[in-house]
Amino acid sequence: MRQLSRRAALALGAGGAAFTALGWNENAFAAAKEAAEAIAKFTGGKTATQGKVSIELPEIAENGNTVPLAVSVAAPMTADNYVSEIMVVAEGNPNPGVATFHLTPLSGKAEASTRIRLAATQNIVVVAKTSKGEFFTGQKLVKVTIGGCGG
Amino acid sequence: MAEKPRLKLPKEAKKGDVIEIKTLMPHIMESGQRKDKDGKTIPRKIINKFTAEFNGKPVFTANLEPAIAANPYMQFSAKVEESGTFKFTWTDDDGTVISAEEKITVS
Repeated sequence: MRQLSRRAALALGAGGAAFTALGWNENAFAAAKEAAEAIAKFTGGKTATQGKVSIELPEIAENGNTVPLAVSVAAPMTADNYVSEIMVVAEGNPNPGVATFHLTPLSGKAEASTRIRLAATQNIVVVAKTSKGEFFTGQKLVKVTIGGCGG
Repeated sequence: MAEKPRLKLPKEAKKGDVIEIKTLMPHIMESGQRKDKDGKTIPRKIINKFTAEFNGKPVFTANLEPAIAANPYMQFSAKVEESGTFKFTWTDDDGTVISAEEKITVS
């Protein structure tokens, strides 16, 4: 029953208000808070600059079990200045971590694609770190029709 | 037990080319969030790390969480300056490491 009510909540959209009515408010906020903590840990408390990061995701994911994700960073990949890490965080999953990619100048391009699981309609946040210690970030909202974290 | 990974990358390239590499590893990626019929949580079992190196030098590494879909697919790039061998590894939660290699000729 718990799962059902959760899906019902998702159908209403991921607005905080909808969750309050169904008692999921705390969990939704807990997930977003955990996501923010994971990002703060990654940046060492620095604020990431908006931009340079592009995220390709479907606008509406019908099946949350496998959602194609492509990330890229518009930054050089030279020996002394390159994107060294790209972290992907899902704000609305039971665990916000999705993946962290480690790149080197041999990567040639700062990009990666994979397929991810999304439990609900949510924001995907990507934070990129350069070898010079700069941080860039971007986010994208995905609407998920059927959640994909089992249950 | 371990199934064979699928690799897709060019066999030949020109020096300095940035090539595209696609890999897919058949794996259940059990998230640790699901419950069985009796309501017991099914223990997590995922590929938690993927690495790609070329002639022994790291190219791309991914630390993976349960939010990666079953049969983890990875697509990334590599800049090739010389002929050599790509080596890929997938590390399971149980410690098993599956590896695969592919050669490329760079002219």
